[in-house]
Amino acid sequence: MRPAGLFCPQGDFYIDPWRPVTRAVITHAHSDHARWGSKQYLCATDSVSLLRDRLGTDIAVTGLNYGESILVGSVRLSFHPAGHILGSSQIRIENAGHVSIVTGDYKREPDTTCPGFEPLSAHCLVTESTFGLPVFKWPDTTLTAQDIRSWWLDNQALGVTSILYGYALGKSQRVLNMLQDDIGPIFIHGALHKPIDAYRLAGVRLPETKLVSQAPKDFDFSRAMILAVPSAHGTSWINRFRNRSTAMVSGWMQIRGNRRRRAMDRGFVLSDHADWDSLIRTVREVAPEEVWVTHGFADIFSRHLRDLGWNALPLKTEFIGEVNEDKESAPTAAGETE
Amino acid sequence: MKEFSSLYKAIDETTKTNSKLAAMQAYFQTACHDDAAWAIFFLSGERFKRLINTRVLREWAMQSSQTSSWLFEESYSWVGDLAETVFLLVPSRATTTEGGLAFWVKERIEPLRTVAPDRVHDELMTCWQSIGPSERFLFLKLVTGGLRVGVSKRLVIRAIANAFQLPTELVAHRLTGTWLPTGESFRALISNQIESQLPSQPYPFCLANPIDVESHGIGEANDFLAEWKWDGIRSQLIKRGDQLYVWTRGEERVEDRYPDICQIARQLPDGTVLDGEILAWRNDKPLPFTDLQKRLGRKTVSPKLMRDIPVVFMAYDLLEYRGRDIRSEPLSLRRKWLAEVLNQAEIRLSEPVAIPEQSDAPNWEQLARLRETSRSHGAEGLMLKKWDSPYQVGRVRGAWWKWKIEPLTIDAVLVYAQKGHGKRSSLFTDYTFALWDRDGLVPFAKAYSGLSDSEIREVDAIIKANVKEKFGPVRGVAPILVMELAFENIQLSSRHKSGFAVRFPRILRWRKDKLARDANSLDDLRVLVQAHGMPSQS
Repeated sequence: MRPAGLFCPQGDFYIDPWRPVTRAVITHAHSDHARWGSKQYLCATDSVSLLRDRLGTDIAVTGLNYGESILVGSVRLSFHPAGHILGSSQIRIENAGHVSIVTGDYKREPDTTCPGFEPLSAHCLVTESTFGLPVFKWPDTTLTAQDIRSWWLDNQALGVTSILYGYALGKSQRVLNMLQDDIGPIFIHGALHKPIDAYRLAGVRLPETKLVSQAPKDFDFSRAMILAVPSAHGTSWINRFRNRSTAMVSGWMQIRGNRRRRAMDRGFVLSDHADWDSLIRTVREVAPEEVWVTHGFADIFSRHLRDLGWNALPLKTEFIGEVNEDKESAPTAAGETE
Repeated sequence: MKEFSSLYKAIDETTKTNSKLAAMQAYFQTACHDDAAWAIFFLSGERFKRLINTRVLREWAMQSSQTSSWLFEESYSWVGDLAETVFLLVPSRATTTEGGLAFWVKERIEPLRTVAPDRVHDELMTCWQSIGPSERFLFLKLVTGGLRVGVSKRLVIRAIANAFQLPTELVAHRLTGTWLPTGESFRALISNQIESQLPSQPYPFCLANPIDVESHGIGEANDFLAEWKWDGIRSQLIKRGDQLYVWTRGEERVEDRYPDICQIARQLPDGTVLDGEILAWRNDKPLPFTDLQKRLGRKTVSPKLMRDIPVVFMAYDLLEYRGRDIRSEPLSLRRKWLAEVLNQAEIRLSEPVAIPEQSDAPNWEQLARLRETSRSHGAEGLMLKKWDSPYQVGRVRGAWWKWKIEPLTIDAVLVYAQKGHGKRSSLFTDYTFALWDRDGLVPFAKAYSGLSDSEIREVDAIIKANVKEKFGPVRGVAPILVMELAFENIQLSSRHKSGFAVRFPRILRWRKDKLARDANSLDDLRVLVQAHGMPSQS
């Protein structure tokens, strides 16, 4: 670890650095992983356009297909699907026969908007732990999809607009893909426009969406589903929908207090991160000699891994004393301020 | 169980009062009477006390989910609710629940209290394996105590009144006092016959709204009875059928805790109900609330305790006179009869405040000046009650006002933080504050409330970025957050490290403009004690 982030000395590059560096290898395009100001960026091919949308079209970025490898210094580097969002990757680094994997953010649940997590084996594993507490166990994705659809149908019966808040990049596209448009029209908040377009360009099939701002004046939204970013909740933007039911889709909705504090009517549990069981299962499958735990409940998850007999330690992040546990839905998250 | 669980979910899933009301109304109309009775019990905030030891519940949860104890505690600290933590951790394969709410309460939940300690785990497992996924959380909530679902007792009463087209006052009255959750009680509750009441039954309390007289015109000072606002236990004293009953506002019967009051009250004529306040009292002045607290928890009261902390019943109002409900009579008449009744027993009457050298009717300025002296009388401010007002049910605007004094305030430094519970789980919301002394910062008060939701989030982020040390769930925080704390009273205390005890501490505002070194010191508190303090704790 260096002040700018996770560093590979044999390859002279950083992974997801939080300060500007010369060479940045990026796991995925969310703002807490892809930061502004580095000279060169390297990421998976599917991440290139998302990264440009985020950091500017003038950045120097190179894309690499999943599974293709290149030599950087003395190490062999390759990207492998992490199943988190479009273009999200695990980074595999091989140096003189020693293999390390940095998972970035990942999930093991099915998601038709991006390739699924590819289990690899390694000597050293750097894993995320956003939901590294045993209380986080995701329900079956198809059940959550049914819940969202029946909430929408119930709202339609009552003549109430459905407003669903979710993370702009990744979550919203996954939800769209689950919803389809057989129930009613789907509208989106402006902040979702770019990432949805990027998904479509990458060949992901999504139902038709219209910007709320493009709806005719006096349009009746009572049958509509509105997808919006969490930061729009409680602003004048949503006041145009007189009769509305609000819901949030996030892994944090597993905890009742999180939902109640936001004064949302409903909370749907759906996450793009690995839950507790998936985190453990992944460590078992990778079967590393050492595990470094970062991003989330690093202390807790690494301690539990030690209890299970793994050689595991937390990887301390430099800037923040205790990780902001709300990041998946925080208003400053990727794309939401655009 | 399924029906009540659906109701619970419907209430929990909405933030709108009307939707909650509608859901309850529909439930009461269709639920079987036994179930409805228990639903009222739980929705009104009642709970089983000491049903099972939470340590036993934790052990069961850890065992059956194969979670180590440190991991369980970390999870609990993050979730902030024991029932929810257990719910999220312990797996079950049951898909559906048989039996209604009353069946579950009587056959499954209540028996847990008497089960032999070595059998509790098995009993819990039996319950767990026969309860479906949507009822599991509710089951644990009932076992661990509070439902805390965001409806007030008042709203439950309105739902019942709406469902059966009864006046809300009637439902409120029928529900006051000891109400047993049985089908029979429920039928009596919704009956449209006017029945005779139980001798022990109190009336619903009339409550006052806060007011700031300077900024709100509420009429002529002359139209109001002005009394001291005391800080004690609001209660009703009932003498019927030659029996004496004392009910607190929390609807607890407390005769056995105050034999000294009962002794005197026996002289009251039959068919009398007084509204008043229980106060610890000596030399014509109240003792601090902390003294009264020493008598609250005691089931048996020793003569020594009665000598050390004498109590009085301070009568405010008369609700029943010669066996007749006189709540609709004007206050002026009720007070006249009250004085007559008190003549027959040595019960203290809450006198109108005396304005020094008053010649004619009191005006607001005189009252305002008098209010400033509240602390020296041991009072929290003034009560203003309209002379022509009836005794109403609940907090009705207009007739009764509480005009409290400004709280004492001090700027303190946040030094420890802990995560909150329920709605505030996973955020640091429980804070400990310190003041400067020669050797550094000395903790002196905890405060939980006063910040807005957005401020809480902001403070939470700052705390997370400035954790110095961890003691279990408690975080030591670098001294950078300064808040202005308000409290009602202060006294010297040998039981507190700082040497002071404050009453009702809460956050008044976040002083972003101040650095830790600008905060107040213990010496500043000493000055406050000298100026406003109550006698030291005995």
